[in-house]
Amino acid sequence: MKGAFAVDSAFIELDRVEKVFDVHRKTGFMRRELRRVRAVDSISFTVARGEMVGYIGPNGAGKSTTIKMLTGILTPSGGRLRVAGIDPSRERTRLAHRIGVVFGQRTTLWWDLPLLDSYRLMHRMYRIPDARYRENLDRLVELLELGDLLDVPVRQLSLGQRMRGDIVAALLHDPEVLYLDEPTIGLDVVSKGKVREFLRELNAEHGTTVLLTTHDLQDIEQLCSRVMVIDHGRLMYDGPLTGLHEVGDSERILVVDLERELPPIEAPAPARVVKVDGPRQWLAFPAAASAAPLVARIAAEYPLVDLSVREPDIEAVIAKMLHSLGDTTDPPSERATA
Amino acid sequence: MGTGRLYATVAAGGFRRYATYRAATAAGVFTNTVFGLILVYTYTALWDERPHLGGYDLAQAVTYVWIGQSLFKTLASGGGGVEGELMERIRTGDIAVDLFRPADLQLWWLAADLGRAAFELLGRGVLPFVFGALVFDLALPTDVSTWAAFLVAVLLGMLVSFGIRYLVALTAFWLMDGTGVTQMAMLTGWFCSGMVLPLNVFPGALGEVVRALPWSSLLQAPADLLLGHADPLPTYAFQAGWAVALLAAGRLVQSVAARRVVVQGG
Ligand SMILES: Nc1ncnc2c1ncn2[C@@H]1O[C@H](COP(=O)(O)OP(=O)(O)OP(=O)(O)O)[C@@H](O)[C@H]1O
Ligand SMILES: [Mg+2]
Repeated sequence: MKGAFAVDSAFIELDRVEKVFDVHRKTGFMRRELRRVRAVDSISFTVARGEMVGYIGPNGAGKSTTIKMLTGILTPSGGRLRVAGIDPSRERTRLAHRIGVVFGQRTTLWWDLPLLDSYRLMHRMYRIPDARYRENLDRLVELLELGDLLDVPVRQLSLGQRMRGDIVAALLHDPEVLYLDEPTIGLDVVSKGKVREFLRELNAEHGTTVLLTTHDLQDIEQLCSRVMVIDHGRLMYDGPLTGLHEVGDSERILVVDLERELPPIEAPAPARVVKVDGPRQWLAFPAAASAAPLVARIAAEYPLVDLSVREPDIEAVIAKMLHSLGDTTDPPSERATA
Repeated sequence: MGTGRLYATVAAGGFRRYATYRAATAAGVFTNTVFGLILVYTYTALWDERPHLGGYDLAQAVTYVWIGQSLFKTLASGGGGVEGELMERIRTGDIAVDLFRPADLQLWWLAADLGRAAFELLGRGVLPFVFGALVFDLALPTDVSTWAAFLVAVLLGMLVSFGIRYLVALTAFWLMDGTGVTQMAMLTGWFCSGMVLPLNVFPGALGEVVRALPWSSLLQAPADLLLGHADPLPTYAFQAGWAVALLAAGRLVQSVAARRVVVQGG
């Protein structure tokens, strides 16, 4: 019982995991240089069963490399890694039956054949009992609105349709964990919305543990209560999204429309007016603080007509956070040898 | 049994994927027929000069041409099977998806290639052969058992062919540009499988060597069975020996590659 609990609270467990790539580069005729790239540099974290976690960071931070190690495709160069108590690279096949993966930029689907053929293949590959397969297929196809597309060759699907098709393929065998590497990349607002809504339901109703990488902060804002930020292969932040704003002291903007043109509003610090344009004024205030007291005060003292709040841009938040954590002073994570 | 069904599904998928490209198939049938005609006239001139060259009479030589054209794509002597796609997947990093699957990489691609080969046999092989049989006097056997023996040898030839091409494809794990390897494999395949000239025409030591190489399992072995030039059992033993050796080598290279594998890109 105790063992089961331990696995549940640390369903995914990384302990000082590293991945070093040796990259050979031609530097001239018959001359090669060996560079070691620390793609993942001593990362430790745990994810409990049923959590939905965002894994974000700038390009080349090591997100995809981490996911590949979690699936067992890549073997860590150091450290300890367990998923559901299994060492992924040693027992990749056994683990594969319990996890699902969607690589946003790649597809598992058979390019030239109808979508349904790929699903039949999953049926055989994961040895899904017939009744379960049919039930899951019906449910997923309905939720992701793919009913009319099952007979269409994958190459004729739009990007958003293909992505939803890939998500179905990853879930037919009822995996306990789902890794998503940029599942909304290149999708329009409507498709993104569908994918997000689906993921939220999957997590809430099936308790599927979800680890999600993305460059779209809205994915994180709408789905994940916990976010991990990595940069240069190091874990820089692990906590709630709101805390990210605090660390990066990012600001939200309150836009107020007054009845007439007035001098800048005298707002209580740290809020301050950053721009005035006729009757419209822009006030910056800490993203972590509530807008309510500020709004109440302005409404009480000024002729307020309308107002709106603008959320900070997530990329900007991350950049600010990495900067405030002194990322720039880190030693270089690559070194060259002859 | 469960795994058998998986690979049967993969093979069926391989068959159907190639079947979707009808225009390419029609163009291929045409090309093989034209090449067959060119080779028939070349061989006729050659056998007029040297009757019984390599132990074949003219009718047998012409039959050999049409066997070769019909099996050209099926046996993929010069490449052109699933290995091109496999190399591309290794190079782009899409192989990550394949490696993640709870399936054996080599069996998976073997099944896909057998499905492809089966389609090429029916879709691209039958018509040129029928054309050749109608237009020329071919030396064909009349008993069913010889035809059956021939088909078994074709199947073994598919295995050997895949064994070679799988090894070629795996080089992509180390060589980022596979053009050189692919071209070398193509030329060697054409020449050593007897696509240009039957291998029993090759003189002396060169002939001995070429006939002992795995490529002679592809076209020469089944053709000799159909032409009554060889006995089934030694032929099968030769082909099966190479198939086992090549597939085992493929497994070995695959496990080395998977261990030190560098899966490309994000
Ligand atoms: N196969 C490889 N060989 C050598 N270096 C690699 C390989 N794969 C990744 N890297 C390097 O490891 C680092 C991390 O790459 P990774 O793909 O994990 O980044 P990422 O966080 O997913 O980035 P992105 O947001 O651009 O997808 C990069 O510096 C990259 O160049
Ligand atoms: Mg990535």
